[in-house]
Amino acid sequence: MDIFLQQLINGLVLGSVYALVALGYTMVYGILELINFAHGEITMMGAMVALAVIGALALAAPGLPGVLVLGAGLVVAIPVCMALGLLIERVAYRPLRHAPRLAPLITAIGVSIILQNIAMLIWGKQYIPFPDVLPQGRHEVLGAAITDVQIAILLLTMSIMLMLILVVQKTRLGRAMRATAQSRQVASLMGVDVNRVIASTFVIGSALAAVAGVMVSAYYGLAHYYMGFLLGLKAFSAAVLGGIGNLGGAMLGGLLLGLIESFGAGYIGDLTGGFLGSHYQDVFAFFVLIAVLVFRPSGLLGARVVERA
Amino acid sequence: MSSVLSLNKTQPHWLVFGLLALGLALLPFLVDAGLGRSWVRLLDLALLYVMLALGLNIVVGYAGLLDLGYVAFYALGAYVYAWLASPHFGLHLPFWAILPLGAGLAGLFGVLLGTPTLRLRGDYLAIVTLGFGEIVRIFMNNLNTPVNLTNGPQGINLIDPVRLGGVSLSQPHTLFGFTFSGVHLTYYLFLLLTLAVIFISMRLENSRIGRAWVAIREDEIAAAATGINTRNLKLLAFAMGATFGGLAGGLFASFQGFISPESFNLMESIMILCMIVLGGMGHIPGVIFGALLLTLLPEALRYTGDWQRNLFGQIYVDPADLRMLLFGLALVAVMLYRPAGLIPSARRRQEFADAKG
Repeated sequence: MDIFLQQLINGLVLGSVYALVALGYTMVYGILELINFAHGEITMMGAMVALAVIGALALAAPGLPGVLVLGAGLVVAIPVCMALGLLIERVAYRPLRHAPRLAPLITAIGVSIILQNIAMLIWGKQYIPFPDVLPQGRHEVLGAAITDVQIAILLLTMSIMLMLILVVQKTRLGRAMRATAQSRQVASLMGVDVNRVIASTFVIGSALAAVAGVMVSAYYGLAHYYMGFLLGLKAFSAAVLGGIGNLGGAMLGGLLLGLIESFGAGYIGDLTGGFLGSHYQDVFAFFVLIAVLVFRPSGLLGARVVERA
Repeated sequence: MSSVLSLNKTQPHWLVFGLLALGLALLPFLVDAGLGRSWVRLLDLALLYVMLALGLNIVVGYAGLLDLGYVAFYALGAYVYAWLASPHFGLHLPFWAILPLGAGLAGLFGVLLGTPTLRLRGDYLAIVTLGFGEIVRIFMNNLNTPVNLTNGPQGINLIDPVRLGGVSLSQPHTLFGFTFSGVHLTYYLFLLLTLAVIFISMRLENSRIGRAWVAIREDEIAAAATGINTRNLKLLAFAMGATFGGLAGGLFASFQGFISPESFNLMESIMILCMIVLGGMGHIPGVIFGALLLTLLPEALRYTGDWQRNLFGQIYVDPADLRMLLFGLALVAVMLYRPAGLIPSARRRQEFADAKG
């Protein structure tokens, strides 16, 4: 029972981070039908920038409370990622909006190679440990342990998602986003500045990615210039799992994927009699992805996609 | 005058062929003399990538099925070769027996992957194939227990070099007073196979099958309505592409003498896709050019260290670190200025002009 509960907690925490990144993929895909391959790298950039700020602050002013230092890291990382998202959309995607579908995919790959290598040149190839500013508290809940970091991640992601839903459902910008997602042409006829809406989508998605990057590096205690790749891949799987283009789907997909991974890694050894070990953890994301796409290509919450003539 | 020119365009003069053949035959010697032995090796590798790119071109370029897990078939071919010709299982079967086996097995896996994904299209297919590629890689990484199949991340070592008749391609041989080193001989073998792949691709392109693939790519529903068996033809595209991938994999294993899961990651799949898109999808000269460019460009960018020294008097950034950055920039720049590829086919150029207008 305690193992079950522990895996549940781990899965939920991991899943909420996946969900945060998945939201960025799903928003962009919903509007542009573009897989923004560079999104994982933006997450990585957020983690790296925040870590640099936190490290510098921890050195300069060792007396500051951890929460403040962490907040400072986020405050710097979020605008940096927003600017990056804006720049990438402007330079690499907007000129190709009417190009063959594969062209923006290639530039997206190019951009993620560029970001990875910039990060490598700045911060080096080694793993960067998370500075020692995090609260170390652990709480026992029914025989399972939950750390302060995990609680913070859960609370923060939940509140961010709530905010995002409010923005998309209640504000003018949100309405414009939904209209653009339905039809770019008609939205622009109704007076929506489509270019601005698309740019805002990238900016919002990048801000979420920055927060997720900081969280994931805090959770694992390290950051690395290559960390965005697998994270991005899994988050995209989560978005597809939930039904790409659907915000609720991305959240659900992220949580589910986190749970599947953590339960899968926890129980695969017992289920196969020790034949397969927990190092197969990364396989689950892809198996689930393939199964969902083959049996329900529109994802769990996605609308049935009608074949376009 | 114009009639002569147009004749030349449809039926190239034998002289052109002769010069081309001579050029290709002499190329390794010229490269060896001019740039050094390591570049001949690179030339071999470039030919390997031409084969891979042409194989993926059948799936992506002709049939329009975006496959991001292509490297799985490449890996399969390589591992089959490694299993049957290395001390790993103590088997040492001859080269000509394994290569078709690996290619055939890869083709079979192509059908296996293709069958469940027939209903998917576009980006969804891309993601499923991507997942498939990653699964294969993770299994390669972990199948060293309980039965040691792949030797895990360490990979399989001491794979037999190619041996044709009594000639091993790992040692130099003297013929007509010329000494051919191993990489030179490998070049000729790879060149021969590459030419075969190019020939098959060309014949496919202008065949009933090739035209059916293009029809599926342009509009699957319309293609089915005109009586094309879309299911079988899509499976055939997967199988053909995978077969070429398996072939290249076997050659890669014998050429390197060592394989590990590292060589078959997603980046590799993406690289091969980039070759096609950058060169010009569905257009054989474009694909060949793209493959050569993307294999040789990162190596050429190693020389940025010399440029830095000449310009600033010292090396600021390690060229090995810088080259991938420049590579990414080049990828973006080419797509921005030539979104249909560097050498697009007439049809795609037309399509793009239409989309813009």
